[in-house]
Amino acid sequence: MNTQVEIAGVEFKNPVMVGSGTFGSGVEYSEFVDLNKLGAVVTKGVANVPWPGNPVPRVTEVYGGMLNAIGLQNPGIDVFVERDLSFLKDYDTRVIVNVCGKSVEDYLEVVERLGDEKRVDMLEINVSCPNVKEGAIAFGQNKDALFDITSRIKKVAKQPVIMKLSPNVTSISEMAKAAEAAGADAISLINTITGMKIDIHRRKFALANKTGGMSGPAIKPVAVRMVYEASHAVNIPVIGMGGIASGDDAIEFIMAGATAVAVGAMNFHDPYTTMRVVEGIESYMRRYNVEDINDLRGCVE
Amino acid sequence: MAKKAKIEARVLSQSILAEGIYDMWLETELAMDAHPGQFVGVYPANKATLLPRPISICEVDKEKSALRLVYRVVGSGTAEFALYQPGDIIMILGILGNGFPLEAAEGKRAVVMGGGIGVPPLLQTAKELSQKGTEVTAVMGYRNEETFLSDDFKKYAKMVIATEDGSVGTKGNVIDAMNENSVECDVILACGPMPMLRAIKQYAQDKGIKAYISLEERMACGVGACLGCVCKTKEADHHSHVHNARICTDGPVFDAEDVEI
Repeated sequence: MNTQVEIAGVEFKNPVMVGSGTFGSGVEYSEFVDLNKLGAVVTKGVANVPWPGNPVPRVTEVYGGMLNAIGLQNPGIDVFVERDLSFLKDYDTRVIVNVCGKSVEDYLEVVERLGDEKRVDMLEINVSCPNVKEGAIAFGQNKDALFDITSRIKKVAKQPVIMKLSPNVTSISEMAKAAEAAGADAISLINTITGMKIDIHRRKFALANKTGGMSGPAIKPVAVRMVYEASHAVNIPVIGMGGIASGDDAIEFIMAGATAVAVGAMNFHDPYTTMRVVEGIESYMRRYNVEDINDLRGCVE
Repeated sequence: MAKKAKIEARVLSQSILAEGIYDMWLETELAMDAHPGQFVGVYPANKATLLPRPISICEVDKEKSALRLVYRVVGSGTAEFALYQPGDIIMILGILGNGFPLEAAEGKRAVVMGGGIGVPPLLQTAKELSQKGTEVTAVMGYRNEETFLSDDFKKYAKMVIATEDGSVGTKGNVIDAMNENSVECDVILACGPMPMLRAIKQYAQDKGIKAYISLEERMACGVGACLGCVCKTKEADHHSHVHNARICTDGPVFDAEDVEI
């Protein structure tokens, strides 16, 4: 039985990754799961300098999911390289570093800085965080801006580049095509869906940021639809995510066209979710005599 | 520190202490590693809910491998907890957080201070300090005559009570009760609503004594990964280097001098 997948020349032992921002750099969850069993660790977004993030409350629960407006708090690239990449050094899993910025130059600085870091297998460019006022999502909601930043990053990047797309757009296919045309090696989607919750007892927004990104099982059908549309619009690999809680959910994304999948908010519900997804995929393959996970990709036409 | 885990726990008992305040004992191996001031995440069974509810540890019985949680019903999750019966199996995540630094209070004139649903975690704190031979004064603030847990505190501490309506003890807050009873101390360990914690921070600063305060915030992961539950710190925090410590893992207990509240 083969669970190995390949994206832009990088081999992954299985298609299970984590959603950026839901897993830190793996330190906290290494108390619960064996990181060596993951296809890849996708790190929390890192910028050229430390970002303090948004005021609290930053998280709130909604039916079947949650809203977050962390605002990409991160220690900046210097601490990240020294501490987080060192931590991941001895694990036998791929490392995908999520990169955020407020200007194209911010992104380029981080991408260039990571170029010589041998531990970094791929870069994921966050142009879709809904919780940061400047930059970030501005690049992810306009196809010309997305084309521009993607092509500029591709000029300096030494590792393959994944563009992480926002679902908060009119046509995900158009955005996927723009990323591909600009040279992206892969795309990942969906980032969170912009939402809002009001505390009717206190007559206040539940989040200090007023809006937040929705994640969790409730968004899965939206994510599956978008992964299906995007993967049929482009020829580059798609990493699918949005509410994945089980091996069956992962299989659904793969059938929609995803080459790999990521577990996001469900890590917060159950710190062992990633392992259950890895095992669940294998048990599905045994049940239906699937020899190679790659045979399932996009099998629903 | 012991490894964290999400595991099953068995409800041993459940009772009502005051209006909306519930008292539940759980049998769980996590009890063996529990320290006063730490907390657990309790998962509602309702599939529409995702996140564990952070609930402080009120008391620990290591012989019975049991934890006592005293909680207030505030939403649908805690409303579900209130229905649990002895024998029910629930899922919990723990042990979480740092807990109170008992060594900072041992052998000194220690005051444990709680307000409202901040009262429970001070019980195990008072118990362990008292077992180590430290004389403890418990200064607890309540809304009214429903002074839950006050009989338990009397086993381990000299008890001073403040109530908002003046029905029991000093009318006013915990600081009023300290003053009215001329309580002198070297260190305060506290948990309660933010206005109370701000007053305690100021009180400690004015008196030149140490105060350790337990903070709360909306949490998601509970283990330090999501950066949801941060508080402003005086110095750059060690994790993100941006003056934002994680309440769930760097706290919930902080030296009052170190946090901007």
